[in-house]
Amino acid sequence: MFEKFPLLPEQASTYAAQYDLLWWAQVAFTVGMSALIFAVIFFFIVRYRRRSPSEAGSPIHGNIFLELIWTAIPFGIAVVLLIWSVSLFLNYARPPEDALNISVVGKQWMWKLQHPNGRREINELHIPKGQPVRLTLATEDVIHSFFVPAFRVKQDVVPGRYTTLWFEATKIGEYHLFCAEYCGTSHSSMRGRVVVMDPLEYQNWLAGADPEESPVAAGERLFEQYGCKTCHQADDLQRGPSLTGVVGSTVQLLSGETVTVNDDYLRESILNPRAKIVDGYRDLMPAFRGLVSEESLLQLIAYIKSLSPTQTGVTES
Amino acid sequence: MSTTNASIPREHYLNADYGLKSWLLTLDHKRIGILYLLSITGFFIIGGLFAVMIRLELLTPAGDLVQADTYNKLFTMHGLVMIFFFLVPSIPAVLGNFLIPIMIGARDLAFPKLNLASWYIFTLGGLLTLAVIFLGGVDTGWTFYTPYSSTYSNSQVILTAVGIFVTGFSSILTGLNFLVTIHKMRAPGLTWFRLPLFIWAHYSTSFIMVLATPVIGITVLLVGLERLFRIGIFDPALGGDPLLFQHLFWFYSHPVVYIMVLPAMGVVSETITCFSRKRVFGYEFIAASSIAIGALGFIVWGHHMFVSGQSPLAGIIFAALSFLVAIPSAVKVFNWTATLYKGSIELHSAMLYALGFIGLFTIGGLTGLILASLALDVHVHDTYFVVAHFHYIMVGGAVMGFMSGLHFWWPKITGRLYPEGWAKLGALLIFVGFNLTFFPQFLLGYLGMPRRYHQYPDEFQVLNVLSSAGASILAVGYAIPMVYFIWSLFRGPAAGNNPWKAKGLEWQTSSPPPTENFPETPVVNEEAYDYKPQEVPVV
Repeated sequence: MFEKFPLLPEQASTYAAQYDLLWWAQVAFTVGMSALIFAVIFFFIVRYRRRSPSEAGSPIHGNIFLELIWTAIPFGIAVVLLIWSVSLFLNYARPPEDALNISVVGKQWMWKLQHPNGRREINELHIPKGQPVRLTLATEDVIHSFFVPAFRVKQDVVPGRYTTLWFEATKIGEYHLFCAEYCGTSHSSMRGRVVVMDPLEYQNWLAGADPEESPVAAGERLFEQYGCKTCHQADDLQRGPSLTGVVGSTVQLLSGETVTVNDDYLRESILNPRAKIVDGYRDLMPAFRGLVSEESLLQLIAYIKSLSPTQTGVTES
Repeated sequence: MSTTNASIPREHYLNADYGLKSWLLTLDHKRIGILYLLSITGFFIIGGLFAVMIRLELLTPAGDLVQADTYNKLFTMHGLVMIFFFLVPSIPAVLGNFLIPIMIGARDLAFPKLNLASWYIFTLGGLLTLAVIFLGGVDTGWTFYTPYSSTYSNSQVILTAVGIFVTGFSSILTGLNFLVTIHKMRAPGLTWFRLPLFIWAHYSTSFIMVLATPVIGITVLLVGLERLFRIGIFDPALGGDPLLFQHLFWFYSHPVVYIMVLPAMGVVSETITCFSRKRVFGYEFIAASSIAIGALGFIVWGHHMFVSGQSPLAGIIFAALSFLVAIPSAVKVFNWTATLYKGSIELHSAMLYALGFIGLFTIGGLTGLILASLALDVHVHDTYFVVAHFHYIMVGGAVMGFMSGLHFWWPKITGRLYPEGWAKLGALLIFVGFNLTFFPQFLLGYLGMPRRYHQYPDEFQVLNVLSSAGASILAVGYAIPMVYFIWSLFRGPAAGNNPWKAKGLEWQTSSPPPTENFPETPVVNEEAYDYKPQEVPVV
């Protein structure tokens, strides 16, 4: 039972290395500052202990100079730590263009994942070492949170929208995958593992299972099945706008506003089309809220994105 | 201590009237303070029992002591009871109620009937929330995140929401009462900058109570409406936005931390000056930092949402503001430390608790800076690191402050002393037990153990066992004061008016004070903490 008693978490992503550098800097600040305060207090209570019952302390009012010093120095340190942290965070918030796209759907109480070639997994994520991976996360029910401690990354999965998370694994091995946002009865069982593999092995693993329909192919099938084609791919596009090359572009809305076409806009326009109607079109499309599962929705969007080949990397702004 | 010739006065607020009715219908702020003390002690014991169950379950990695649903209800009730029914009212409603009028030389609070009504509202809210336990419990966590709370949970969310909604009014009315009292009822000569820092802290706290509490009331009301009538506010399936809930919730629930910790800072300012027998260092800076913390505390709530899907820009702004609120907190710590310089320091139990407060609050505050540090929060958010951090602030901070205040003013409240040796032992056990319980949780969080986990991977067990072992020491530490305080009520030696030779109007009246606090309205003609060597009589 005590075979493993680690004091430090594994460091298995490019972000983890950068993270730990700032982490230890700030831990050092915490320890140093606390130690300084405790040492001063300890010295004072020994040095100035009451020696006779009638004794009183010196009537010192304060010292403006000291007040300024101990306001300015923490302020300066705070600014440095903040700038360091913000630059790291901005790097973390921007996924690289060439990342491998994997979709993740959380539900009480499991993780369902799908790779670009269609291979599915539950509570396990196989990824290649040394390649950026971007997850698009959705949930079928409540808020969950995708947490891989060895990568130092975490992202809440919020109903009604997509969130994204990226990382690049640096070390072959198996790591914990946790749900970090309380999600009901079996929250603590909503865990799994991330398996980091050699890129070649990953390709073998991808091809290993019986071939499955890729998300794009599944999306195309659904596109036909739900009758989307009738209006969005007909010869005359009087009824619905063309979807070719649309992802990443900015379109004019009926309301006069403009919107950039990204995952969230596509999602909204399928589930609740009347929210943002493109200029020049009428409110004809039925709402698909409650009719399409989160996974089908991700596949439909994967297909629509495949119609805009130059813009495959685009997600929400 | 020169207590040999001290005696309990013939008439005081405790024996002015007898019988249950004289307590339940009292308008005396001191008696209402006692009513609150009894209520919150009850709630502390209940909340503590939930904690015992949690720590016992976490002794082993498997979820083997209670069912998952039961565990979820245990940590939910632990949080709800401890926050809304113990920590929030602890110092303000007990010590603030008792001391604010006396410290400013007033006969009572501005609205005595409203004060009694606050206690009844608090009790009603508490009973409603306790009823939830017997009707199946609630499992949403004290944070009530939607859409889990508004759509998916099968537990008593509505009744809990009603309990919290009702209790909020008690906070609002208490805050209002304090604000008016501090503004209008100060004794002649007691100018703003002669006020004890305890008053400044409560002044700032009262603003938060009045301005932030309505928001939690509205928020839980909206959760209830969505749950009952399917009105889409937070659940995207109904057209709502779950992040809206988080914004509203933290708009109250971050400032509420300052409702807990600002009054503790007020207490510590009093005890440190008394037991250093010295004027506080940088009075204006401590007073102003109370106001700054109260004000800045309202605009940092987004640091609870760095990984929620909130925009990176919002994240950066909230991180910067959160770093900013750390500055006035640091200023306070430096000024308390400087107060010790060239003091005449006595390590009385109340002082031990105050020094414990500084130590634990420092660690809690600096680890809070790690959590405010945007990029660092990503990994430790929603892990045991957060659990450890907020217990350092709330238990290490607010509870240590409450214990310091209780030991400091116990002789004033009851007229009697308690055994100082036992008090020192209790303070030591609480300090050691607290650190053993919660320090391992910082390590667990960095290792990646998420909070609210009923079962966990094996490698986290050693630290969890350490934490549970520490909790048993902490429990003994809390039991000791309960025993000697009860003993003191009946057998404690008489304290006399001013057993610690402290400054402040509360020490000029008798212990316990008469119902009207002072025979005649005192006049103040000196600054706070005006300790002068020649004024301390030789014993």
